[in-house]
Amino acid sequence: MKVPISWLKDYVDLTLSIEELAKRLTLAGMEVEHIEYYGVPGSDLVWDREKIVIAQIVEVRAHPNADRLVLADVDCGGAASAGTALHQVVTGAPNLFHLKGQGRLDQGPKVVFAKEGSVLYDGHEAGRVKMTLKPAKLRGVKSDSMVCSEKELGLSDEHEGILLLDEDAPIGMPAADYLGDAVLDIAILPNVARAASILGVAREVAALTGQPLKQPLYELHGTGPQVNEGVKVEILDPDLCPRFTATIVRDVKIAPSPYWLRRRLRLAGQRPISNLVDVSNYVMFDVGQPIHTFDYDKLLKRAQARGDDRPTIIVRRAKTGERMTTLDNVERELNSENLMICDALGPIGVGGVMGGLETEIDDHTTNVLIEAANFNFINIRKTTQQLKLPSEAASRFGRGLHPAMAPRGNIRAAILIQQLAGGTIDTGLLDNYANPAETVTVTLPVAEVKRVLGFDLEVEKIAQILESLEFTAEITNQKHLHRAADAVPVSEIVVTVPDHRTDISGPHDLIEEIARIYGLDRIPLTALNDEMPPQRNNPSLAFEERARDLLVRVGLSEVVTYAMTTPQAEAKLLPGERPDDRPFVMIANPISAERSHLRHTLLAQLLEVAAANSRHHAQVALFSIDKVYLVTEDGPLPDEPRRLSLVLTGAREPESWTRAGGHESDRTALDFYDLKGAIEALLDGLHLDGAHYEPIEHPTYYPGRTARLVIDDRHIGVFGEVHPQVREGYDFPEQPVVAGEFDFEALMAVVPGVSRISDVPRFPALTEDLALIVEDKVPAEKVQATIMAAGADTALKRAQVFDVFKGEQIGVGKKSLAYRLTYQADHTLTDADVAKIREQIVKRLREELNAVLRG
Amino acid sequence: MIDQLSAIEQEALAALQAVNAKDALENWRVTYLGKKSPLMTALGDLGKLSREERPAIGKRGNEVKSALEAAYADRVEAIRKAELQHSLTAGALDVTLPGRPRSRGRLHPHTLILREMYAIWAEMGFQVYRARDVETDEYNFELLNIPPHHPARDMWDTFYTVTPGVILRTHTSPGQIHAMHEYCPQPIRVILPGMCYRYEQISASKGIQFLQMEGLAVGQHIRLGDLLGTMSEFSRRIFGPDRQTRFRASYFPFTEPSVEVDVSCANCGGTGCGVCKYTGWLEIAGAGMVHPTVLKNGGYDPAVHSGFAFGMGPERIAMLKWGISDIRYFWGNDLRFLEQF
Ligand SMILES: [Zn+2]
Repeated sequence: MKVPISWLKDYVDLTLSIEELAKRLTLAGMEVEHIEYYGVPGSDLVWDREKIVIAQIVEVRAHPNADRLVLADVDCGGAASAGTALHQVVTGAPNLFHLKGQGRLDQGPKVVFAKEGSVLYDGHEAGRVKMTLKPAKLRGVKSDSMVCSEKELGLSDEHEGILLLDEDAPIGMPAADYLGDAVLDIAILPNVARAASILGVAREVAALTGQPLKQPLYELHGTGPQVNEGVKVEILDPDLCPRFTATIVRDVKIAPSPYWLRRRLRLAGQRPISNLVDVSNYVMFDVGQPIHTFDYDKLLKRAQARGDDRPTIIVRRAKTGERMTTLDNVERELNSENLMICDALGPIGVGGVMGGLETEIDDHTTNVLIEAANFNFINIRKTTQQLKLPSEAASRFGRGLHPAMAPRGNIRAAILIQQLAGGTIDTGLLDNYANPAETVTVTLPVAEVKRVLGFDLEVEKIAQILESLEFTAEITNQKHLHRAADAVPVSEIVVTVPDHRTDISGPHDLIEEIARIYGLDRIPLTALNDEMPPQRNNPSLAFEERARDLLVRVGLSEVVTYAMTTPQAEAKLLPGERPDDRPFVMIANPISAERSHLRHTLLAQLLEVAAANSRHHAQVALFSIDKVYLVTEDGPLPDEPRRLSLVLTGAREPESWTRAGGHESDRTALDFYDLKGAIEALLDGLHLDGAHYEPIEHPTYYPGRTARLVIDDRHIGVFGEVHPQVREGYDFPEQPVVAGEFDFEALMAVVPGVSRISDVPRFPALTEDLALIVEDKVPAEKVQATIMAAGADTALKRAQVFDVFKGEQIGVGKKSLAYRLTYQADHTLTDADVAKIREQIVKRLREELNAVLRG
Repeated sequence: MIDQLSAIEQEALAALQAVNAKDALENWRVTYLGKKSPLMTALGDLGKLSREERPAIGKRGNEVKSALEAAYADRVEAIRKAELQHSLTAGALDVTLPGRPRSRGRLHPHTLILREMYAIWAEMGFQVYRARDVETDEYNFELLNIPPHHPARDMWDTFYTVTPGVILRTHTSPGQIHAMHEYCPQPIRVILPGMCYRYEQISASKGIQFLQMEGLAVGQHIRLGDLLGTMSEFSRRIFGPDRQTRFRASYFPFTEPSVEVDVSCANCGGTGCGVCKYTGWLEIAGAGMVHPTVLKNGGYDPAVHSGFAFGMGPERIAMLKWGISDIRYFWGNDLRFLEQF
């Protein structure tokens, strides 16, 4: 909310500099996000106090050589009364042309006059470009000064004509004193609706600076007929409209508002329109109560059409299917949740949200009915959302206004309309207070203040803070019966909540006010000294972080992708297949078509990321550990298990001068076994053995280059070389892409809790090589397992494949596997010991796998 | 005969002077000290001499042998030194060439900043408690003192799912309720990291998905001063000892009193700059004393128990700490960004 300092001063004297005030307000929860200065120090354009002054135009004459220019004689005070100190200004301002040739003006307009040497913004340049006034000739007439537009002064972008001030602007006064200003832009939190007005901010300032609040007068001096002879008000739904007030002002004259009001509205961010409309807006900004004005004669005509002598305003829920055209000329269909302002003929406004077109004030309005009412804030919010009709009034009602504000706003509006547009106010205020708000009192035990804030505050100080915010605070010393007779009486403060607030219902609300006004910067900082809760390990998080570290250690980088994606994006992983038909968590209000469902897999987005990075990186090795979202039968909330996804693609080794022919094309590409190596490194780091890799078929992966990881009979995940058709769906260069996705929860479940460490062997190991030929279709894992089984309970400790060979020499459909066998025992092994074990192994290989030793 | 031995000695020593390499040295040794060398032959033939001649010639022969052996040993040492010297000079590498690159993986900055935060909070007794991303309206709002249509709901632009009452959590605060339900009536000190979702246009400072870290302390003697002290301790530890902390009154429906936590801007030292929008301060957290209604909803008696809660954006903290200009980098997954960590 924009708060002009000049307006704020209507209600409170300022004892701090603007910057200091902004700081205090910010700390007290009214964050000043920005200060805009106009003409005063702090502004980009500071108006010279000597050179830029208020002046009066005393005569407008024709320019001898130009039709589109005039000569204006300007009196800027001092010796001007003698008529000798008049300045001649050459100007093209269209809003002076009608005065041309009228001779000496009786009440010439007041303007801002800038003398030679003044620095102003150039009115003819786009944006804000500074210029210095220098003497010049304009079509043959000397000119060294000017009368200014708002744009030239930096007040607005208005440059249609010059700025015309109100009649009472004091001639000779520095413009900086009359027009200079600073505007605080304050972020209003949802709970400080009470401060969403100049008066509300002033109340805060008064409390924070110890100054009295200059309350406005809410006294109505009507001289016309009794208002209730002019209108009746019936409230049929007092739960939605607790209070409705009305006044009538007759014989008003629609005109532009005076400059002071237009200026204030503009500084507050509102475009001035005409006096009646401007008053509604002004009162809303001023005291916080939204106002609606009706053309009274239109209401009367509608009443007379039914034979009534006066309009009856009926506040009721809409009937289903009822229709009305709102001020913005849109016909709206209403339902029974919408509260309508009606007359006997039907709806004339959506209560608190927007008025109706038919009874709106217009340029011919002479009699005005002013409505200031109070509405249920929840209903206002529902209606605003349903009709998609956000308005300044609705946003204020939607935060919860106190019904006490309604008559105050109404009286302010009536007085102001009369002041600006003339006419007479009907006698009395029509006040239908169908559902009066109860006065709220809260008992605040003083000890509670200390319990929450942590330090002692004198009871008088507490009371004084509350009173500065217009609470009444009555200190009582309650002697509790169960206490010893000589015990210190327990102090309590009985607090009555002022009737501009709706946000206070318990002691906590008051303690917040006390902390805020006392100053958070004065509260002593302490360290927690309360009982320490039981400390617990978090194995799930620890496991996740361990896996991350292990993967980073083997050269993979972590990425994080969005939870929201689309089924189509994930279907790219299953070319030619039926798409994933498991239900997705679907977003009802997606921000874009690409983020409409919660993911089932990390892999689809990980491949996108890898492809994007492949454009500028020869080697891409990525992983992600994150949640997927699976709809379940068990309830409305999905399961959120974690997945681990990996993608590797590109050069196996980074480019380096140390490699012979270190060109990219010479380097070998990452393949299936690089990925498998990373997975094995992860499992090794997790001390997991007993992993099996089953060759399987999977639509995402290349046939024959796909494996399933199985540990303890649990399927952990599938990995392999990405199917060329899948790869084509992403923007990869021509190179293999290997990837996999694993059920991280299943992996966690099979990881042993603590792994035990063995002693380093004291005796030397013996190694020997064993090369054998088997059918090509025999998996290496099987050969390995057979060797280890044959050597079980012997000195055989390890068998490591170190060569795989296929070729004519060994026959078609065969392969040679060479193993390095390591023997280890708690004594020094002899060749004879080893020969015996080896014999067993060879026999078993021959019998079970039809393996033959290779020469 | 003695003259002959002296001649051998002279010749051998002269030849040794010319030897500069190991091979030549070995040749020299064979030639002059080998079994078939003139000297050894002469010494071997001693027995053929007369008894009178034998001692003098034998003595002279052994003198020559010792002299040649000593000279040989010196020469061996000299050549070894020379060769070492040579290899040390000739074997120089261009140490300014880059080393053989190792493929190094990186943790995502989310993980890095979270771990740093976990460690600081752990030392103050706050442990990680994680909760679900897809939540009910009840946990995300109602139990946190935000009834339907409450004006405070304007503070969160929510993603709804097609299942009524099921939303993507807009903050990690529902975890407060889960933690209270799990631990009541024990005291609590937890941090609740996690992904949150808001219906916002993506910009340099806001995203539709972001990390948040909530904190919750519940006990019997927890005061506002403890909250302020704890937050200021955290900000000193994450940003450095010179950073000032200030607290502004604020509003959150689930805390009261509520505060906003600012740290002094590191970029300008607090005098004001573009980074801090000329205020000298940067907002890092919202916090407050747990609202009595929320304590009650968690199962605690607000007349006996009190607590504080805070929420901060780890991405924002990482941005302030490491000078990251745009929150979208965290989601762009460009290795040119990630490799800088
Ligand atoms: Zn700064």
